[in-house]
Amino acid sequence: MTTEPVRGGDLVGQGIGPSNPQRRRLGIGLIVVATAGLLFVVVSQALDAGGAIHFGFSNWRPTLYAYVVWAIALGWGQVLARGEAGWRALFILPAVLFVFAFALFPTLSGLFIAMTDWNLSAAVGPRFNGLSNLVALFSDRFYWNALGNMVFYTAMVMVEYAIAFGLALLLNADIKGRKFWRVTFLLPFMLSPVAVSWMIGKSMLEGRFGPIARLARWLGWESPTFFAQPWMAKLSIEAMDAWVSIPFVMILLLAGLQALPKEVQEAARVDGAGPWQGFWQITFPLMLPVSVTAIVLRMIFKLKLADIVINVTSGGPGGATDTVSSFIYREYRDRSNVGYGTMLAMVYLVMIIVFVTLLLNFLSKRMQRMT
Amino acid sequence: MTSITGGARIVDDGREAASRQTRHVIGQIALYSALVVWAFVSLFPIYWTITTSFKVAKDVQAGHLVPWVDFQPSWLGWRSLGLSPDTIGTLSTVRDEFMLRFFNSIEMGLGASILAVVIGSLAAYGLSRFQYKFLWMRNNDISFFFLSQLILPPVVLALPFLVLYKELALLDNPVGLILLYTLTVLPIVVWIMKDQFDTIPTELDEAAQVDGLGPWGTFVRIILPIALPGTVAAFILSLILCWNEYFFAALLTSSDAKTLPVMVASQTGSQGINWWAMAALSTAAIMPLVIIGVALERYIIKGLTAGSVK
Repeated sequence: MTTEPVRGGDLVGQGIGPSNPQRRRLGIGLIVVATAGLLFVVVSQALDAGGAIHFGFSNWRPTLYAYVVWAIALGWGQVLARGEAGWRALFILPAVLFVFAFALFPTLSGLFIAMTDWNLSAAVGPRFNGLSNLVALFSDRFYWNALGNMVFYTAMVMVEYAIAFGLALLLNADIKGRKFWRVTFLLPFMLSPVAVSWMIGKSMLEGRFGPIARLARWLGWESPTFFAQPWMAKLSIEAMDAWVSIPFVMILLLAGLQALPKEVQEAARVDGAGPWQGFWQITFPLMLPVSVTAIVLRMIFKLKLADIVINVTSGGPGGATDTVSSFIYREYRDRSNVGYGTMLAMVYLVMIIVFVTLLLNFLSKRMQRMT
Repeated sequence: MTSITGGARIVDDGREAASRQTRHVIGQIALYSALVVWAFVSLFPIYWTITTSFKVAKDVQAGHLVPWVDFQPSWLGWRSLGLSPDTIGTLSTVRDEFMLRFFNSIEMGLGASILAVVIGSLAAYGLSRFQYKFLWMRNNDISFFFLSQLILPPVVLALPFLVLYKELALLDNPVGLILLYTLTVLPIVVWIMKDQFDTIPTELDEAAQVDGLGPWGTFVRIILPIALPGTVAAFILSLILCWNEYFFAALLTSSDAKTLPVMVASQTGSQGINWWAMAALSTAAIMPLVIIGVALERYIIKGLTAGSVK
């Protein structure tokens, strides 16, 4: 655990370096004792849980408290042992230790859970079953179906992007009451997907009394149903998600537009280029970096899509609207299948990492060629 | 625009100006109608929800839209929540339930946002000012380590956390959700705050050090006050995300620590055509955010655009 500032880096303070050998020894001693204490608690809890000895722990909280104490001792020891460098390390230690405990540990333990046949409703605890969850996954039709749906939802980000770009251009135009329009356009982003599920999914799109259904009937659609046919259902879900998220993309693009040098656009106009040409030849290329940021961020968020699907269709009809997250959610909620569900999630995580890495690589290559 | 002023072109110019005038007017009309159309798209669902909470069954069935014009507002929906004027003083189990969820949401949103902003801005300041080395990781790697948490879909964390919290007796416990929400918003806070600190010149730090302030004194007394707008932006954004979170809350809580989105979701399943009650509940759930959105829009935009435009 050394978060050690490189000597002679920026901001060289006065009291850099360990103060005196005694304090240094004290600091190191403190860290060693705290680490030993943490190990002791962990080992005794593990033995207790394994049934080797009996301390009567009712849960693993002592380990959590020991971790907190250890973290405090670590920070204190750093300060004692390394003086100013220790004080600097204190800035980053809380966040690092927190993320370490709460992201790395669950992810790693998730790997273990994924290789068990753990079912919470079964009488027996987890039993190691190696990679058989992975094998089962390959023949799970519903999982692949959900992945296919994710491809559709992710591709629709481009449509959201196009609409958001149009809106950003509108807000960037010379208009009166810009603040009013901006606040109005931003509002859907503030709403919780669960509330939106009811507001739009369950009431406005309701077949008999919903206003959108009425409008559709008035336009000549005999019996409008938005969640009965697979494609219509997918589009309805996507429309709701787009309604919530377009403002996010729009705000990013608007910030990009406002950062563009005005002279460039003026120059385009003086050259006699129409607004259409001016956009494609000047604005759009200049906006590419911001666009890429917006699209990648939006895709990352899109890959987590779950709330609306869970609440409106539960993945139906016949899995047509299922996302990976909502599918795994039901795998747990309805079947308590923790082991298998975790394997599905882990495989999904690997796919996401591969996809995002490939996407970023591809984009950075393209961007280099274009500039 | 017209820099050419030849005598022979004056007549021509007049006609050109007129056609430019019409084109301008058409352009303006198109512009403002596009704005109005999208404002309608953005606002109508909210309008619909609020008005529906004042309807009775026949208004819903007849498709009435405008209060006082085609239907008479009624407190029916709010009465079922125990929040109408005539029931506000009486006992109501639904209202107690609602208030409990409401304050749970506030507690968790505030708790997680404060925790995330505190440890997130500390880390962001450290990453912005000092050079760290931890094993093979340097500053860029540590920043990436924080940001990469953004990719993690909730579903990956959900089941391990379910098991972990069961062992730690943190299931259905506000502390458990606060810690989890802190984890999910931390990358965003670090991102916004690092962007914020990077724009503050390091000369300020150096001057403070000359005055004898240590790194923590510099941070608390000099840098933090300057970075306040960014801090507020990070805080508001965290608050919104925590308030709206549903996935973890649905999996990790059962009764004590249930949040508002879970309550809203649990009502949608069993609805007949009991729309007024659902609409009142939805309205109550989204109102705080609509108010925050209108009042603090500046900060939300600041938070969303941090670091995206260099």
